[in-house]
Amino acid sequence: MARFIAKRLALGLITLFLLSVLVFCMANVLPGNVGRRVLGPFASPTAVAALNHQLGTDQPVLKQYWNQMKGYVHGDMGRSVSTRQPISEVLWPALGHSAKLAVLAFLIVVPLSILGGVVAALKEGSVRDRVITVGGLSATAIPDFVWAVVLLIVLSLGLGIFPSTAAWPDGSGILTQIKYLLLPAFCLVFVLFGYIARMARAGTIEALDADYTRTAVIKGLPQRTVLWRHVLRNSLLPTIAVVATQVGYLMGGLVVIELIFNYQGIGQMIFRAATQKDFPALEAAVLVVGVVFLVSTLVADVLYSVLNPRVRLGSADS
Amino acid sequence: MSAGAPVPPAIDPVGDVAVALGPPRDDARLARKERLQVLIRSKSFIAGAIIVGFWVLCAIFGKLLVPQDPLASSPLNGLEAPSADNWFGTDRLGRDVFARVIVGSRDIMLIAPAATVLGTVLGTALGLVTGYFRGAIDDILSRLIETVLALPVVLVAVLAITSLGPSNVTIILVVGFVFSPLIARTVRAAVLGERELEYVAAARLRNERTPYILFAEILPNVMGPVIVEFTVRLGYAIFVVATLSFLGFGVQPPAPDWGLQIFDHYGLISGGYWWPVLFPAAAIATLVIGVNLIADGLTQAFER
Repeated sequence: MARFIAKRLALGLITLFLLSVLVFCMANVLPGNVGRRVLGPFASPTAVAALNHQLGTDQPVLKQYWNQMKGYVHGDMGRSVSTRQPISEVLWPALGHSAKLAVLAFLIVVPLSILGGVVAALKEGSVRDRVITVGGLSATAIPDFVWAVVLLIVLSLGLGIFPSTAAWPDGSGILTQIKYLLLPAFCLVFVLFGYIARMARAGTIEALDADYTRTAVIKGLPQRTVLWRHVLRNSLLPTIAVVATQVGYLMGGLVVIELIFNYQGIGQMIFRAATQKDFPALEAAVLVVGVVFLVSTLVADVLYSVLNPRVRLGSADS
Repeated sequence: MSAGAPVPPAIDPVGDVAVALGPPRDDARLARKERLQVLIRSKSFIAGAIIVGFWVLCAIFGKLLVPQDPLASSPLNGLEAPSADNWFGTDRLGRDVFARVIVGSRDIMLIAPAATVLGTVLGTALGLVTGYFRGAIDDILSRLIETVLALPVVLVAVLAITSLGPSNVTIILVVGFVFSPLIARTVRAAVLGERELEYVAAARLRNERTPYILFAEILPNVMGPVIVEFTVRLGYAIFVVATLSFLGFGVQPPAPDWGLQIFDHYGLISGGYWWPVLFPAAAIATLVIGVNLIADGLTQAFER
């Protein structure tokens, strides 16, 4: 078990290193001349050189990478090109805001989609199953910003149930905040529901078909016990893995949702940094998103192995 | 089969052995015919084909199908509600929303398939190499693939386009490159199963060159997963390209692109102007669902 976690951790660190190189290259090498890209084609060469000097982008690439990573490790992400503020002062509160929205979305979508998947699986092939499966698939395929504008038109403009922004008035209580966050959370729910429900459905069908379920039924256990103790326990394992991989998607989806609902999260920060060609801020934010994803998949893997004796014991040999 | 691999005599002259030794070309043709029948009988495939076919026609004929010029603005008639003249109303600049929705299919119908083709070609090559060689090459490439997968596609694209500047070619390249590891993973899994089969061993014994084994022997046998993966990715490419356009990193104004139209007008929804947003949104939704229905049908046909 400890060996499995250690191995997984080591692989995660390698991926993290590669990720930092990838993001660094895209933000510092791909533009060619960073200062020129920030200031545009009409800026004077001296201004471009001055900005490059200030950003450190006139130094050799390896040294730039080293300095930057040294800064990140010490919690210093540099300064934003456009606002001159230290990036970390903006990034951490933004990440906190996004986490709030993401947690709400997950709190809604995980129980809902597991329920949907299990209900579909119990009547495999029925109309109910088709509606949930095809509906979930379609909902997942439609881009989140399309869901956002449709929900805005129907629920905010049409029925007037929800506010059209996620920016709550200052000093709002937790309930008011949730009310403002529900509509953006629904957009994420629509896109995530299909994936998770599909996994839960497949897992349940497999578990219903398994020998241990048949044995449990034959030995006369009540249906409810069979379902809770034998079927769900086994079917929900793969679902955990899917939920974790969706954290990555969620962070991407936030860019669009936070923009539409004017919510000051990390997605909005990335969008603003990108439109202003604020490379230091953009790089830091994208890297943080990658780290969040790596950590969540790592946690899911470990959790999966703790809960599943087959993985736990099997991995000891490899 | 040439020299080097003697054919073992068929011991059992009847039954499945005789069938298995029949000319392989007939088998392939039969399988293709069977797949086609499954496809034609699949409701989701037909429905998807009709929807996507409609948008393909719109993309090809574009302006010929609409009574008004999608680019002609008349600011005095801005934001008029749907009427007999303007079926879908007019946008902020008084442009006809119906014309812009129909003609707006063109950019996305060029960019998304082009990006998917690029991603599929790269990803298939990558998957063939990693699956066939395994060992060190596989380990290194798998790690790189996992790295790219750690970031949401939209974020990678936003970062790359900020660095390179937006243009349709950039979007195709960026989305294609980001998709290739995803496709490579699927192809690799299929190749892992194929490489242990006898026809690969036979080709190796014949001293065929490795590229020949990869592309002429293994590739035709993993085409099923490749085609399914292509259509699934195409749906997702539309998702990504539309999102990029919406964020302003994709198709540039004044092109009548759907994502761009929504971006230009979503701020007006709370003012009651829903039509410049809802119709392009519906267009994106139908196209994506259509492609996914086709993918659903193809999956059924290939995975039987």
